[in-house]
Amino acid sequence: MNMKKLVAGTLVSAMTLSLAACGASAPGTSTASKASEATSAAAPTEAASTAAGSTAAGVDSSVKVAMITDTGGINDQSFNQSAWEGLQKLTKDTGIKTNYIESKQASDFVNNFDTLIDNGNTLCWGIGFACYDAIKESAEENPDIHFAIVDNQNTDQIDNLTGVMFRAQEPSFMVGYVAAAVTKTNKVGFVGGISSPIIDQFEWGYKAGVAYANKELGKDVQVDAQYAESFSDAAKGKSIANKMFTDGADIVYHAAGGTGQGVIEAAKDADKFAIGVDRDQNYLAPENVLTSAMKNVNVAVEDLSKKFASGEKLDKDVEYGLSEDAVGISEDHHLYGDDIYKAALEIGEKIKAGEITPPATEEDYNTYISSLG
Amino acid sequence: MESKGRKFLKNPFVLTVIAIILGFLVAMVVLAAAGFPPLKSVGILIKSMVGKPKDIAAVVVKSTPIIFTGLGVAFAIKTGLFNIGAEGQYMMGCVAAVAAGAVLDLPAPLEILAVILAAVLASALYGGIVGVLKAKIGIHEVITSIMLNWIALYFNNWFTNTRLYHKPATIGTYPIHESAYTMVLYHWKKSEAGRAVLKSNDFLKQVLGRNDINMGFAVAVIAAIFVTWLLTRTKKGFELRSVGSNIDAARYTGINVSKNIIDSMMISGALCGLGAAFYITGQSPHLLNTLSATENVGFNGLSVAFIAQSSPIGCIFAGLLFGGLLYGGASLQSQVGAPTEIINIVIGVIVFLVALSVIIPQFLDKHVRKAAPKTETVGTDKKKGAGDAK
Repeated sequence: MNMKKLVAGTLVSAMTLSLAACGASAPGTSTASKASEATSAAAPTEAASTAAGSTAAGVDSSVKVAMITDTGGINDQSFNQSAWEGLQKLTKDTGIKTNYIESKQASDFVNNFDTLIDNGNTLCWGIGFACYDAIKESAEENPDIHFAIVDNQNTDQIDNLTGVMFRAQEPSFMVGYVAAAVTKTNKVGFVGGISSPIIDQFEWGYKAGVAYANKELGKDVQVDAQYAESFSDAAKGKSIANKMFTDGADIVYHAAGGTGQGVIEAAKDADKFAIGVDRDQNYLAPENVLTSAMKNVNVAVEDLSKKFASGEKLDKDVEYGLSEDAVGISEDHHLYGDDIYKAALEIGEKIKAGEITPPATEEDYNTYISSLG
Repeated sequence: MESKGRKFLKNPFVLTVIAIILGFLVAMVVLAAAGFPPLKSVGILIKSMVGKPKDIAAVVVKSTPIIFTGLGVAFAIKTGLFNIGAEGQYMMGCVAAVAAGAVLDLPAPLEILAVILAAVLASALYGGIVGVLKAKIGIHEVITSIMLNWIALYFNNWFTNTRLYHKPATIGTYPIHESAYTMVLYHWKKSEAGRAVLKSNDFLKQVLGRNDINMGFAVAVIAAIFVTWLLTRTKKGFELRSVGSNIDAARYTGINVSKNIIDSMMISGALCGLGAAFYITGQSPHLLNTLSATENVGFNGLSVAFIAQSSPIGCIFAGLLFGGLLYGGASLQSQVGAPTEIINIVIGVIVFLVALSVIIPQFLDKHVRKAAPKTETVGTDKKKGAGDAK
């Protein structure tokens, strides 16, 4: 049974829509104070003034924050783990009590929120869109307690619920640029998990990044995008990527959770490149994972919890992106060199400055392409 | 005195209780070794299982599917078959329940009946495959059912992603229709009047309002009684058990062996299917998700059947214990900080010791003849242990 658990631990995480950034990658965590300084588009008002940084001033000590994991578990090497790292950092910085409960199956969500409420938590996090129905129910029954969910909008516009979304199109745009700059065959690929608005962000951001590079570098790089319709089927990911590689692509970007493991494996076998997602996946294949589009869930969880503790009313929907240092590309660039990396970072700066707005949907993408001319 | 003590120790129920207590003791040692306060931790574990009406209700809900799969496995063991395929049969039941419940839209009693029937049929047939392969071709049921477990897992994932059932932008299917829900007083609970009553009555609020308390548990108790009756009071049960205890003798007396093997696997599967039906109709989220690994309801049923020593009635209590440990384990983690894996150690040790406890009566018998005084000390020591625990 324990072995099963292990398998589950490593694989179940895959089914979650998006894996998160690894907290071990220092930049995300260490720049958390910067994150709260930056004025978020969604919470423009007091963001700067509440940038508590390292001091615990103004933090209400009666606040207790806890989270429930989705079925991936707390050691999923992914967004559950990342979120918990954010809460641990919160405790370290401010002394706020934090806690978590693991969900073994989807039917545990409601009970787990109940337990969090019984234990006197005032802010309850649900990690992953899978627990939206449960968090919605709990939020409606407990209007005095605030709830927040990662990777899902507050679809029902409930007052005491905050939906936390990431602008995944931004790092996708950057890795799209890197891919187009590095490719020798002028053909790159994209493998998505299950087609959904969240994975759309990755696909269209990436395609726009490639298009941007085509214009800047005078190239003509084509993108082949395919969906595996699964977040856990590594074999399918591998076969799609294999097909792309034999069709002439030399770089494949994946936003497909565990399916992506197969993409990386295929890149390793074919000695081509893969681009990782959510966290720095270079360790999976050091000579084949070109770069990774990262999503630092810990930054968002910590930042919002801090705001909540200092008495701020949280918005119904919050977005995190490059400006908040909650997304980015991995620092490691030994496979493609300094020049392209610097160019990619410059693009990041342009995105922050609002000069480039990476598209998150097909419609936005078409508008973007026509604006490129 | 001695003989009374020995008799006491030979009682399977007593042995199981001792195994459970020892399981907790081992868990306490592990907890202490990991730096957590052992007594306090076990206290919190037990308190979070039975501390509040809400917790008891949650434990009952959580154990229901495991009791059913435990019953299925126990039934198969009684008839000489090792149904390690309970997991797959359970999953096929879940798939069939959603397949029927998400598409059919009948009035409540009919809809419930249709969903349960679909689940039970699917699981029975899936178990039947194992039975046919064993009876007609002689392939061992363990091999076929392990393979069928994987087939069920991937069938579940394929089914979840079919166009008809897959809910866009999720990893799951559409939920079944509300008319198939088997939660107790579900509609009343959500109505204005119901909400008002629940608000004023804390007990009802905890038990009903905050849990998916459903009809499954009551059906599980009836099923356990039915299985006991079937096995011990009917001709069919006698045949099934005869095939289990001595297949050649059974054949010699004119019992249709292969038919009984198939029947046994089908009944075992049907019991798992009942569990699946009440899981889908009685607990949120009432749908299937794409799974990367099995959810272990069937495998936990194996442990339950072992702890219950294949007694159908015992499965109810073993299932409750199991569900309680799974549910309470989450609080152990959140209140003490101990990893939930501790719970798996407790369960593992209990199953191991129950399996071992079969040796104790044999051990006692052996030593009665050879060295009476030695046995006496062993016997009294053990008895003391059991007495303390009580």
